[in-house]
Amino acid sequence: MKKGGETLNRPDNTAFTQQRLPAWQPMLSAGIVIPGFVVIGLAFIGVGVALFVTSQNIQTLERDYTGVDQSSEHNCFQCLDVKNCICALNFTLSKQFEGPVFFYYGLSNFFQNHRKYGVSRDDHQLFGDTSYFTSPDDTCSPYKYDSRNKPIVPCGSVANSMFNDTFSLYQLVGGQKKQVPFDGKGIAWWTDYNLKYKNPSKVNGSLANAFIGTVQPLNWPRPVYELDTSDPSNNGFLNQDFLVWMRRAALPDFRKLYRRITEGDYADGLPSGNYSLEINYNYPVRDFGGRKKVFFSNVSWMGGKNQFLGIAYLVIGSLCIVMSLVMLIAYAKYRFDDEDS
Amino acid sequence: MACLQTKQLSHGTEWWNLSGVEMFRKRPPPEEERKVRANGREYNEKFQYASNCIVTSKYNVITFLPVNLFEQFQEVANTYFLFLLILQLIPQISSLSWFTTIVPLVLVLSITAVKDATDDYFRHKSDNQVNNRQSQVLISGSLQKEKWMNVRVGDIIKLENNQFVAADLLLLSSSEPHGLCYIETAELDGETNMKVRQSLSVTSELGDPHNLAQFDGEVVCEPPNNKLDRFCGTLYWKESKYPLSNQNMLLRGCVLRNTEYCYGLVIFAGPDTKLMQNSGRTKFKRTSIDRLMNTLVLWIFGFLVCMGVILAVGNAVWEREVGTLFQSFLPWDPPVNGFLLSAFLSFWSYVIILNTVVPISLYVSVEVIRLGHSYFINWDRRMFCSRSNTPAEARTTTLNEELGQVEYIFSDKTGTLTQNIMTFNKCSINGRAYGDVDPVGAQGKRPQPLDFSVWNPLADGGLCFYDASLLEAVKTGEPAAHEFLRLLSLCHTVMSEEKREGALVYKAQCVCVCVCVCVCVVCVCVFSLSLSVGALVYKAQSPDEGALVTAARNFGFVFRSRTPGTITVHEMGRPVTYTLLAILDFNNIRKRMSVIVRNPEGRIRLYCKGADTVLFERLHPCNHELMNITSDHLNEYASDGLRTLALAYRDLTEEEWEEWSERYRGAGKATDCREDRLAAVYEQIEQDMMLLGATAIEDKLQEGVPETIAILSLANIKIWVLTGDKQETAVNIGYSCKMLTDNMTEIFIINGHTVQSVREELRRARERMVAHSREGGKGDEAAGWAQACSLGNGVRGGDQAGWPLPQEKEKQESGGRVPSLLESISGEFALVISGHSLAHALEGDMEYEFVETACACRAVICCRVTPLQKALVVELIKRHKKAVTLAIGDGANDVSMIKTAHIGVGISGQEGIQAVLASDYSFSQFRFLQRLLLVHGRWSYLRMCRFLCYFFYKNFAFTMVHFWFGFFCGFSAQTVYDQYFITLYNIVYTSLPVLAMGIFDQDVPEQRSLEYPKLYEPGQLNLLFNKREFFICIAQGIYTSVVLFFVPYGTLAHATQSTGEPLADYQTFAVTTATALVIVVSVQIALDTGYWTAINHFFVWGSLGSYFTILFIMHSSFLFSIFPKQFHFLGSAQNTLEQPVVWLTIALATVICIAPVLTFRFLKLDLKPQLSDTVRYTQLVHQKKRKPGISGGMGISGVGLGAGALGRLGRSASRRSGYAFAHQEGFGELITSGKNMRLSSLALATFASRHSSSWIDTLRKKKHANSANASINSANASVNSANASVNSANASVNSVSAIANGQPQTPPAPALSNSSSLSGSQDTPPEEVGLSHAQQAVAQQAVARDGVHSGTASHSNGCTLVTRPEAETGGCSLGAVQEALFGWRGVGARVSGASSPGPPPILEESSPTE
Repeated sequence: MKKGGETLNRPDNTAFTQQRLPAWQPMLSAGIVIPGFVVIGLAFIGVGVALFVTSQNIQTLERDYTGVDQSSEHNCFQCLDVKNCICALNFTLSKQFEGPVFFYYGLSNFFQNHRKYGVSRDDHQLFGDTSYFTSPDDTCSPYKYDSRNKPIVPCGSVANSMFNDTFSLYQLVGGQKKQVPFDGKGIAWWTDYNLKYKNPSKVNGSLANAFIGTVQPLNWPRPVYELDTSDPSNNGFLNQDFLVWMRRAALPDFRKLYRRITEGDYADGLPSGNYSLEINYNYPVRDFGGRKKVFFSNVSWMGGKNQFLGIAYLVIGSLCIVMSLVMLIAYAKYRFDDEDS
Repeated sequence: MACLQTKQLSHGTEWWNLSGVEMFRKRPPPEEERKVRANGREYNEKFQYASNCIVTSKYNVITFLPVNLFEQFQEVANTYFLFLLILQLIPQISSLSWFTTIVPLVLVLSITAVKDATDDYFRHKSDNQVNNRQSQVLISGSLQKEKWMNVRVGDIIKLENNQFVAADLLLLSSSEPHGLCYIETAELDGETNMKVRQSLSVTSELGDPHNLAQFDGEVVCEPPNNKLDRFCGTLYWKESKYPLSNQNMLLRGCVLRNTEYCYGLVIFAGPDTKLMQNSGRTKFKRTSIDRLMNTLVLWIFGFLVCMGVILAVGNAVWEREVGTLFQSFLPWDPPVNGFLLSAFLSFWSYVIILNTVVPISLYVSVEVIRLGHSYFINWDRRMFCSRSNTPAEARTTTLNEELGQVEYIFSDKTGTLTQNIMTFNKCSINGRAYGDVDPVGAQGKRPQPLDFSVWNPLADGGLCFYDASLLEAVKTGEPAAHEFLRLLSLCHTVMSEEKREGALVYKAQCVCVCVCVCVCVVCVCVFSLSLSVGALVYKAQSPDEGALVTAARNFGFVFRSRTPGTITVHEMGRPVTYTLLAILDFNNIRKRMSVIVRNPEGRIRLYCKGADTVLFERLHPCNHELMNITSDHLNEYASDGLRTLALAYRDLTEEEWEEWSERYRGAGKATDCREDRLAAVYEQIEQDMMLLGATAIEDKLQEGVPETIAILSLANIKIWVLTGDKQETAVNIGYSCKMLTDNMTEIFIINGHTVQSVREELRRARERMVAHSREGGKGDEAAGWAQACSLGNGVRGGDQAGWPLPQEKEKQESGGRVPSLLESISGEFALVISGHSLAHALEGDMEYEFVETACACRAVICCRVTPLQKALVVELIKRHKKAVTLAIGDGANDVSMIKTAHIGVGISGQEGIQAVLASDYSFSQFRFLQRLLLVHGRWSYLRMCRFLCYFFYKNFAFTMVHFWFGFFCGFSAQTVYDQYFITLYNIVYTSLPVLAMGIFDQDVPEQRSLEYPKLYEPGQLNLLFNKREFFICIAQGIYTSVVLFFVPYGTLAHATQSTGEPLADYQTFAVTTATALVIVVSVQIALDTGYWTAINHFFVWGSLGSYFTILFIMHSSFLFSIFPKQFHFLGSAQNTLEQPVVWLTIALATVICIAPVLTFRFLKLDLKPQLSDTVRYTQLVHQKKRKPGISGGMGISGVGLGAGALGRLGRSASRRSGYAFAHQEGFGELITSGKNMRLSSLALATFASRHSSSWIDTLRKKKHANSANASINSANASVNSANASVNSANASVNSVSAIANGQPQTPPAPALSNSSSLSGSQDTPPEEVGLSHAQQAVAQQAVARDGVHSGTASHSNGCTLVTRPEAETGGCSLGAVQEALFGWRGVGARVSGASSPGPPPILEESSPTE
């Protein structure tokens, strides 16, 4: 047999072809698993305790103002069938509400996460692409054209259903209503405000001109360029409330940031006392059995109040310890059994 | 070169024998009969017969795309995804973008298409190669070179020696007298011995091309069919009819041998040839995992529909209760006017979303993994045979994991277990044994084989004989030895052929005989021949005979040539010519053959060789003592698995001879009962013979066969040998490869010729088994174990080991056996069944009995089976046992079984590639089978199972999240994740780690799988992936999905960022869930991966890295600014992943998902360890202890034990006489009739034996038989003593011209010398040595344990090996098998306990270096 011919067909002698690649072969040995569980358990308990304590320290205040059921705190049940109704919600803080305080509105049983709802928007429009103003995306249907066949901008269900209750908070100091200043800046995601949403470039120095030929969403009282009458720069698609609304919630029970309380006397929080929240009650939720709520909350390093996470960490951490004990017992038992034999 | 696809191919014949015949009948053949006119192309074209072009490829450049796509969409999965794609184009229900389906689908389709295209390319190549072979066609009177594919039906083509037959030919004439020609049909039926074909005498006279060109006979014959052994037709020529039979046919695939040239008329061409009709389209084989997978996929479809229905109902309810009211904010689409329609649409939407439970990449991933495994098989150097320079080849890439599940192996014998090489190994001459040298040698040094060429120029050189004493005896002229060898050189039917390399090659085409020139040439010829006779080649009917004659040749008794009446032998360099008076031919009943010769001195002697049992009865009484000694020797040989023959002679007086020859002639002339009469006459003369001795021939097993069989049977694989050989041969091989041992409780031989007798025999076998296991398993088995232990039990009494003949079996009165009991039978039984019994056993109601009986036996040997029966047996087991079968063979006769079995393995041996072509795997040595199964198969199975488990798991974990989300999003088919994540999850984020695991994972190293064959069992029992495992995976997946949805739900629902912005927006939720999912499944694959190569690391970390990279890219403002609608997740990644809460959520979800799995696995490992875990554990502990001497110690101790235990497990009373097993009757007659003799060889022989004067007489005597011969070949037909010399000169001239006429003859590579030279170089490749040591150890242990097995009750004494501490640490392979039985509990504890006293230290000890 010739050497050359022999080597011709002989497979290569490499670690790869011969399946001899150097390899780490871990094994679930007791020496790894049981201490591993103990370590994880302890770590989880530690984190859990931290989370729990932090979460406990966060103050929240939650009120339902739907008005479906009678309440002594508010009179919003009056507004159920009335247009442009204003109702007030009174509450008392027994102790200082540490600042900065965040004020949220919440909706429940509202399906922003419905597929049809979610797609019913036109990102091109919202990106300021005026070519989509005249012919909005089909997904916006049926909020694409109004009855006179004029294109709706911003089109779609999401924009159309924008939450339009407005709030103003007053501290009742000696019978006087002292307004608590709300800060509505930067309540939307930075990326949304700066990258994702863009107003169309102004025509003749006016934003309104850019929207000529379009109509506002059917439910809206004012066009998009007049959303905030107080602050001209907070209009169009870059209106903070609009941005907040357009970021769909993942679950039918959600809250959205309305304002921050960071200014003036209230920069350190809401002092104890009586407060009155004036609500411009516009948004209908009774049809579909929804609820409207308001929340006050402050935050920690880990955000708002989150009992679940702390408790879950504690439970899982303890379970890990229990499991490690079970495994240790099983391991020891088998070992003793073996010694007996 | 493309030739048109022919109609025959298109009605695809998916036959092989099994149903081929029936199918053929059912479907009316396209032609009723075939009419072919020689040299009549115009006439034949009328019928549009297929041309000789074969097409096995499926596509060409143009048809590839449509045909391939069509084929691919016949796959249910692909069609399903196409359907989904169409669904997604409907806007009302499209819950996902179209690209989420089309990207994977296109990927899958293109990968498959590339693979198909490559396959077809190679088919094109091989087609081209075959179609472009050259052949010589007689066109308008002259020979022209034509490609094979241009040969037409009706053409006359010329074939030369050693050429493949191009088409099915009617033999017209040949270079040999009487139109004889020899063919080898190895490609067709696997038989390696030559067959004779003869042309009709009318056509054989045609002779030269000129005459043949005028030949215009018309053949009318049967239409094309696949029956290899039948042909029926008629030749019409010159107003006469001549019947044609298979005897006149040369079939495509045969090789012309020993014939210079021949002419044939093409009858069937290309696809019509019997070879092609027999090959047919390969049946597509599926593995059991495949089938299971298909079932599971169907179930998943069902599951999917259920989910869809549940969610649709949910949607209906929601739309009715909530949706209608919510319309002020989300009005229904115009077409939707009610909740029912909405529910209906939502059903389809959910079908689209949830389709990922049936992962599109599943099939393609499986294919990729299998392909990888196939490459590993192709690349395996330990399955590379350096001798034949062939690597193993996985010809099918779809069956790998089934290799890990094989339960039954059906093996061919010749060429598979054996090398089909017979070597003269030992002999006993006049009571003295020769050749009994331990081949391993006392000092471990291999003794040098004798070099015969030093003193004997005619020596063959291929013989390996180690005992110099025989040579001494021959040299000193010991008469018995001489007579012994003389017998060997005379008493046979071997033909010789002398070829001189570079012989005079004169292309003398015109036959112009000039006497004086010719005489000169002849003189030169003879002169040169007598000088150099190097290439003396024997053409033996059976390899046994060849071996014997070759042995005699090497010892100085060189058989040179024969004529019908003489045999010329060079005895010690001196030519002696014996007059051959009679050949008393061999047949099965006689089991012996004799020749009667007259030596030059005029003494008449009968030489006889035959089976000892037959021969000893016919010896002269005075041989009694010698007979006893020889008998002892024979026993010894037989116990070594050698095939024995006894030799004897008898001196005859002239009177005796005259008297007997008279009767002989009388019997020969008899017309009725000629056979019987002849046999009776033979019987008369073969009496009172003098014993000369005995020979022992080794039917050389392939290397490592016994070890392989031992290991495989330890792996609980049952091996059946199905052979066309005779019972004796088969049993013989059974013993020599240790399938049968004398330790076996009983061997049943089923040999009945009627249904009743077979049934009776099977019944009795079962009775015996049941009876035995009832009484047995106690005392005698323990004794058996003890005996087996005490080694060297060759001397043991043969009571138990006896070979009970059927009639010896006593009837057992204890009936009442239940067939199902047979499974629990103790003791080892073997079954030997012959072909004719098998035919009955395979009949309808007998099947079950046969299967039950056979499966209770440890070894089953079926002998004398036809290819069809081989397939039927395989089919039977497939059907009844539901077990995975593997068939291994090398010849075309194994093709049917190779194709029938789940896995077909072809031995790419010396001759014939039919088996390899039909096979799924091929390699060149039987012993590679253990590696293929125990290493590659096992791994493949393991990897595939782990892969599938994980794959289903990850897809359920991924998809079911949508289901839970459905309850919170109004069942609106809102996806949880970004659509790009859905698109890429299966093809990018999670595909590669699991692929790497599926390709590279190893639980235990390869050596361990060979050391612990029990590791193979999980595959056979289908433990690693079955419906239960599937449900566990699914459950785990669903659990994970629950965790993945509800943990983020719980944490994020009311969580806010530290900036006060809520976290519960959809995009944050999507990113959190997706990230948690990717991390969880990555951790899971990390847990599942047992063998972390660099590639695994790269893929796992790379996948995670790619996930985050792609996530950030997809959520970047750059992409959004181009496609705002598609990439509206802008900023989510950044916003989400910077939140600590999100990471805490992910960590929580991961731990909740993984911790239970980890606990479960640990406890399982701890409380119920699998053997593989144990092995892996011990392995790791060994590694950790880093004892360098381990492996060495293992090997040495293993071998030490093995060498002892193996010993010589002799069989005492069972002697297996092996006379000329592959022998065919009738060659004696052919020789004495002189039909097969070329005049040339006659003449040469006469020249060579000039001194003998009897040749003229011989010629005269044979004149009547030869007259035709003479009249053709010599101009001078008159035969008288005066011009006899001229005559002979003439004849020899003829012969010379005959030689010169043809092409320069390549000396036919004689199988014998070729193969013996192969066996001469027995160098094991270096890297195999270590392994083979280990294997030997196991094998030998296995052999030692054979005894134990029979007494399972007394098994516990195996511990002696284990309880020794050094046996655990050092002698891994020693205690291997025993340890395997004890499981990890024992080993682990012992190992850890040995070095550490209490639990805490153990923890430290077994934890990795930290």
